[in-house]
Amino acid sequence: MDMKEEIQKTIDENMVVLYMKGTKEMPMCGFSNAVTQVMNGYSIPYVDVNVLEDPDIRVNLSEISNWPTIPQLFIDGELVGGCDITLELHQSGELKKMLEAAEKKALSKDG
Amino acid sequence: MLDQIEKQIRANLDVSHFEIRDDSEMHAGHSGNSSGGGHFTALIVSADFHGLPLLKRHRLVYHALGELMGGSIHAFSMKTLTPDEVDFD
Repeated sequence: MDMKEEIQKTIDENMVVLYMKGTKEMPMCGFSNAVTQVMNGYSIPYVDVNVLEDPDIRVNLSEISNWPTIPQLFIDGELVGGCDITLELHQSGELKKMLEAAEKKALSKDG
Repeated sequence: MLDQIEKQIRANLDVSHFEIRDDSEMHAGHSGNSSGGGHFTALIVSADFHGLPLLKRHRLVYHALGELMGGSIHAFSMKTLTPDEVDFD
């Protein structure tokens, strides 16, 4: 499996994925940190992928998502956006709704 | 640089209000910033954003910025509003 397929698989198979600089335990950029702070406030597990581990992750990810910057948050296989959008959707309550909808969908799939 | 950014955004979008700030010094040399590009924060008001979700609004701006993204620009933080959404308080 090449890297692009691997990234697509990660996005498709996990309810919430955050591509970031650093890890959720140790973010290495203020924008990535801001998104982890928001996500850590929700009781929903998410997968973090550190793009600093391999420069190719970032290049391939941006080609898949057509989005130039990091972080990138995916919910239910769809790009939500970067730091600004995540924060705005968090403040408006929209992010909570999106996460709850994704969780409901995942549960019904498992059940 | 700020002029170039504004010029490209105005060339691609019908902009009714534009503000930009250069935050580069705040981020100079942090570990995630190896490219050396600048950090900017912008407020863009455009009727072109009407009816579009945030993701599509940001995509329009990134498209306008073109190759500046990942080149001269490392991070571009933005608030994208339609004229109707502007709070004049």
